[in-house]
Formats: sequence, structure tokens, C-alpha cells
Amino acid sequence: MKIKLNGNETDLNDNLTVAGLLETLRIEPARVAVEVNLQIVKKCDFQNYVLKDGDAVEVVNFVGGG
Amino acid sequence: MDDKLIIKGIEFKSRLWVGTGKYKDFEETRKAIEASGADVVTVAVRRVNIFDRKSENLFDYIDPKKYRILPNTAGCYTMEDALRYARLAREAGVSDLIKLEVIGDEKTLFPDNCATLKATEILAKEGFIVLPYINDDPVMALRLVDAGAAAVMPLAAPIGSGLGIRNPYNIKIILEQAKVPIIVDAGVGTASDAALAMELGCDAVLLNTAIAGAKDPIAMAEAMKHGVIAGRLAYKAGRMPRKLYATASSPIEGML
Repeated sequence: MKIKLNGNETDLNDNLTVAGLLETLRIEPARVAVEVNLQIVKKCDFQNYVLKDGDAVEVVNFVGGG
Repeated sequence: MDDKLIIKGIEFKSRLWVGTGKYKDFEETRKAIEASGADVVTVAVRRVNIFDRKSENLFDYIDPKKYRILPNTAGCYTMEDALRYARLAREAGVSDLIKLEVIGDEKTLFPDNCATLKATEILAKEGFIVLPYINDDPVMALRLVDAGAAAVMPLAAPIGSGLGIRNPYNIKIILEQAKVPIIVDAGVGTASDAALAMELGCDAVLLNTAIAGAKDPIAMAEAMKHGVIAGRLAYKAGRMPRKLYATASSPIEGML
């Protein structure tokens, strides 16, 4: 399936969960927030939330700022 | 001396709050923040760098267990964007604190008052502890408190300008009317600016560029620490009245 990940078209295996995506990307789930199609996915739902073809996924974290 | 800043039940050890942007590298960020003695640091919400997973993370240097993390909505120009960033920040972080910025103009980075007010109201209803950034505008300060702001953060001068407190009289009016803590945010250039903000009676000072943009950020961080402490003590001590003419400090009595 193809999803838009942080603004970039990305090919991924079907039926990947949010938790699976973060694991693939080697991202520590505790430090990020995830949004799918403008809706926040709660951390407790990362394991169960299955991504679909065409989803727009944003993975954000904290960076230096004022 | 028991002189703690408390916002919605959260106790803050330091009255100097610092940003984490614009440093040369994370190591400099870490050292400067340590030297500042601040226990609150602001951060921004941005996309994770998907393509360079080896790149280091701010939290490898700034331990969120040691510092209270205050996420901002910097870079947002609409109420909707600010709400989106605030909600993501809460999900990524550990608290309901949000430094709300809704920018109205690219050149001055002055806030959009209407959007800031509406966003404050919505976020406060959602349980956020909203700390909105505003102009040095006493009426807006009142409106924001009515809308549920936990503290109000008037600017001293435009963000990153280092011009210092341009309108101490407005800040004073905001302070006289204040029912919540007032934190000067943005525009501080050097330690005396921070001291002045505290002498006026502000509850805290938030700054970033004044430290990160100094020739020696670590030394400036320490200077800011002392500036804020000195200003706070002077405010509590109560300054002497200003007089136009001199009064001798040494007695006349006993002179030859």
C-alpha cells in the first residue's frame, strides 16, 4: 500500500499498524505523536490501529524551539 | 526563602524559563540551559526526520524528567493550526501545558489577537493549561484570563529582536490588573532587560535568542539567571522613591 508519510509518498506492507510503522522506522513511540488523516491516534491505540492505502500519516516529535 | 511560582497547582522552581532553539548544537543547548538554572524549557512540535534516523534527539540532551517541557505552537498562523499543534504536543508529551502562539504577521511575528483568544478558550475547555503569547496589551490580557488562560505572556519586544522592554508602563498596567501569573515572553536582549521585567513585578521571564544569540551563550545563560534573581529580589524588597535632588548619605553631625 501507499501512504503519505510526513508529506512523502511511501510504500509499505499491507495491514501495517501504527506500532508496526514506528518499529520499521526505529522510532521510540514514547517520544512521538501520530496523526492519521488529521485525527490523533492515541498511544494506547498504536498496536491496534491498522493503516490503509492512501492514509496521510504524520509522525511528530519535539525539537528545539523558543 | 519561599517564593515559588505556581500555575494551576504546578510548582516552578525557576522564574527564568528558556527556549531550546537556535543553538549551535545539542551540547551547547544542554550547557546553556544548565547554566541558566531554568527548570522549564520550551520546545517546538515538528515532523520526525524519517530519512535520517541516526540524527540525535533533543531529549538525549535535555532530560524531560529533569526539566518541565513546555511545548509551543510556534509557526502557526491560524487558530486551526495552533489547535492541531497543541493537541499533538499533548499527545507527544507528558503534560497539559501549552505555550500558545498564533502569529498574525510574518515580519513582526506579532500575535493574531482574535485567533489567540478563540484558541485559548477552546484549549482551556479541553483541559489544557494555556499560556498565551500576546502583545503588551492590557485589554487582551484581561480577555485571555476570562477565556481561561492560566498565565499570560506579554512580549517585551518582537520575538528575537533583543530590544528589551519597550513599554514598561503597559507591562505595569497588565501586572496591576493581573489575576494570573504574568510572564514576559520574547524581546529580552540582555540580563538587565530580564532584571527590569522582574523588578516591574513579572512572575517569570521566558527567553531564547538572548542566550542562544549571545557571543558566549553559556556565560549569558548564567547572567540571565542572576538578572532574574536580582530583579525578583529587588521587586520584593521594594525600591526607594525616586527623587530629583540629592540627599547626603553621610551625617552632617560631627563634621569639623
